[in-house]
Amino acid sequence: MRRALRWFMACWLMAVCVVAATSTAALAADLRPLVQALGTGGYAGTEKALAQLSEAGDPAAVPVIEALQAGDLYVRKADGAVVVARKAGADFALTDPLSGADLGPAASGAVDKVKVNNALRRAISASLGALTLMSPDAAVRRSAADAVFKSRDASALDTLNAALAKETDSGVRRAMEQARAAVILTAGASDPDTQAAVATLAGRGDRDALALLTMVAASGASDAAKSAAAAAVASVEQKLAFWAALQNLWYGLSLGSVLLLAAIGLAVTFGVMGVINMAHGEMVMIGAYTTFLVQELFRAHAPGLFDLSILVALPAAFLVAGGVGIAIERSVIRWLYGRPLETLLATWGLSLALQQAVRSIFGPSNREVGAPSWMSGAFELGGLTITYGRLWIVIFAFAVFATLLVALKRTWFGLSIRAVTQNRPMANAMGIRTARVDALTFGLGSGIAGLAGVALSQIDNVSPNLGQGYIIDSFMVVVFGGVGNLWGTLVGALTLGTLNKFLEPYAGAVLGKILVLIFIILFIQRRPRGLFALKGRAVEA
Amino acid sequence: MLTRFFLMGLDRKAGVVLTILALLAVLVPVMTLLVPADSPFHMSVFTVSLLGKYLCFALLALALDLVWGYVGILSLGHAAFFALGGYAMGMYLMRQIGPRGVYGNPVLPDFMVFLNWTELPWYWLGFDQFWFAALMVLAVPGALAFAFGWFAFRSRVTGVYLSIITQALTFALLLAFFRNDMGFGGNNGLTDFKEILGADIQAPGTRVGLFVATVVALALSYMIASGIIASKLGKVLVAVRDTEGRVRFLGYDTESYKLFAWTLSACMAGVAGALYVPQVGIINPSEFAPASSIEAVIWVAVGGRGTLAGAILGAVLVNFGKSYFTGALPELWLFALGGLFVAVTLFLPKGLLGLGAQLAAKLPGNRAGNKSVPGGKTADQKGM
Repeated sequence: MRRALRWFMACWLMAVCVVAATSTAALAADLRPLVQALGTGGYAGTEKALAQLSEAGDPAAVPVIEALQAGDLYVRKADGAVVVARKAGADFALTDPLSGADLGPAASGAVDKVKVNNALRRAISASLGALTLMSPDAAVRRSAADAVFKSRDASALDTLNAALAKETDSGVRRAMEQARAAVILTAGASDPDTQAAVATLAGRGDRDALALLTMVAASGASDAAKSAAAAAVASVEQKLAFWAALQNLWYGLSLGSVLLLAAIGLAVTFGVMGVINMAHGEMVMIGAYTTFLVQELFRAHAPGLFDLSILVALPAAFLVAGGVGIAIERSVIRWLYGRPLETLLATWGLSLALQQAVRSIFGPSNREVGAPSWMSGAFELGGLTITYGRLWIVIFAFAVFATLLVALKRTWFGLSIRAVTQNRPMANAMGIRTARVDALTFGLGSGIAGLAGVALSQIDNVSPNLGQGYIIDSFMVVVFGGVGNLWGTLVGALTLGTLNKFLEPYAGAVLGKILVLIFIILFIQRRPRGLFALKGRAVEA
Repeated sequence: MLTRFFLMGLDRKAGVVLTILALLAVLVPVMTLLVPADSPFHMSVFTVSLLGKYLCFALLALALDLVWGYVGILSLGHAAFFALGGYAMGMYLMRQIGPRGVYGNPVLPDFMVFLNWTELPWYWLGFDQFWFAALMVLAVPGALAFAFGWFAFRSRVTGVYLSIITQALTFALLLAFFRNDMGFGGNNGLTDFKEILGADIQAPGTRVGLFVATVVALALSYMIASGIIASKLGKVLVAVRDTEGRVRFLGYDTESYKLFAWTLSACMAGVAGALYVPQVGIINPSEFAPASSIEAVIWVAVGGRGTLAGAILGAVLVNFGKSYFTGALPELWLFALGGLFVAVTLFLPKGLLGLGAQLAAKLPGNRAGNKSVPGGKTADQKGM
């Protein structure tokens, strides 16, 4: 038995040596005869030559095969040479397939196309996959390995083994090993090989791996392999569940930051000043329309700087919305201080008028607001897919929050706002012009709503109804977090956002939202002043 | 006892309101059904339904005025009770269609057939009987209001917070009724009604009958509301509105008083909705929209908060204005409504009915009357 094994090993070693020797020899040899052979002997001849080319394993053959795939490979009738021909006017421009040297023009009757059928097309992509595995470029090798993983083409196994033997880049190596495991599991192999492949795939741990492993667990493999596969399936499922939870958390954070952006201005006007500003949503809308106008200006006058338009729109939206806010405070709200419910009605009226004004000026339909290039696209982080747009909005929301916090706690303006809120007559006596502070505070809250509008224009439809969608959510956040407390707004927004996203998979989007609303209604019963209630005298009023 | 209760509320203002309503109840049927169509005094069926619609809104405004004007609870979700009453009536009307629907199913309404439902959901059972539907018109809004109020008042949720969670309530209902799985027709709601109590719902006689029923309901509700306000109970309610804390310290169980007024008001709103649906011929989830509740608040504010008659006047005037503007100048309607909100809160704090008293108190001196102290917290309670 042992003897037989030893003999077998010796034979195998010899075979490997022979294969290695021939392949190095072929590598050294000129590819030209093989390329020439592509053009002779019809489909069968092309296929044979193709097989030899991919066996040769020289990446120099890749452009030739790609030309064949694209249907650009022709035979010159005059001398039977295989050339790459591309249409140039009525004629063809010929180039050498290997060197790329210009061979001059030829009439369309002077060349014959190297024909390709479906069987050949499969062989072409397989050999391209195999050849690119040898490419000097790591990224190309990696994508080739991924392609093999997807196609699970058994014929790529030898090239894959050869490539693995030479591979130095650990990331590419892992991709290749996974591709090899996928091929082995699909084609079927000896028990230890199968188990090793199962282990490799368990390490990959995504949905593709899960599908393969489930297949193995249900297949006719040995019991040991099956149980290994079953264990691997369990561990992969666990890992997937973990990433799914993390993805939900990210969505929750993302929704929470949108809520935070929408609510944070309200936390100033409602929370700090006690003004129930139903026109808050319209300030958000004005911010979004300002973004639209700024972008239109950029499109008309400086299309090359379009990526910067959002950065210009931010201060513009802050100033426009803040200005409108100050105008509202001076004209309407200052007469209604101390009568919160009447403020509510008046600002609701203002919100109707503002909506209609925007509808009359810009029309009732949605306006197109573009995304700068640095806000589009996505990247993968482990099992997470994160879009840049959402990431920037999360960052922006926290930046606005931090800035506002610093402004309220560390600046003279913030000090006067807090003084006026806490004790108006005393602040007045100390020389603070309370009326002006009121106007500026309302302007600040409105301006922040305008900033939110810039961010929301990236993810929502810019229409006259934009603000309406956020007003109820914003009030819920502020009331849930506790009026007069910025930290409460932060915690409230993130809690409600996450709660919503975690309910969604079980209850659906609409029912999830209803449940959140009911949760808030019940929560207010328990803590009528919100999560972080103000303590002390202010509460008594 | 009961007569005394009703008579107690009968002052000069109530006399005017009830006389006008009685005149309407007599004149409108005569002008529609008896006066020939070519006479200038003839009233079209369309106008009757329009008037009926205004009076349903007036009843909603009356219900709102009872809680806002006299108990100080600003509900931003009263349209929810209105819509629930409307849905209860709509369910009865749907069941009356029977096999005359598009799909001809004798039991299931069309939208259920469309959703491939095979049997009626349990909560639709009984709605083929008018008495049951009529009971539900009162019971569903009443029960919801009782449960909501029981929790909210006992937790002492007041003022702005209460207003905001009433808004959350109607918003949640809006979302819920939009869902097809709820079994209330989803987005399209309930419509295509054929007959009510065996009478063709399109016939002029039925229309006039519905109008008279609305007038009677409004008059009855007005008498109940003014009776309550003139009674000792009403005095306690007004005291709760002005300073709830003191009333509580005097030994009154303020939560129960509030809960009573709140539930009664919700039932009135339900009746208004139930009368509204057969006259306009449709009920859909948009009635739950927070905007419609807030609009009802402005009717009360325009007419004069805490006057009952003002609520009726305001609802009719604003809705007449809405019909006129949306027909003649649709662009301007929202400007007009928005401007109305602002103007009324700034210049007419007591509404149209309070205008006389306001003028009497001399216009220039008026501003000193409501001394506006920004952020002045002590004024909060009164402001509500």
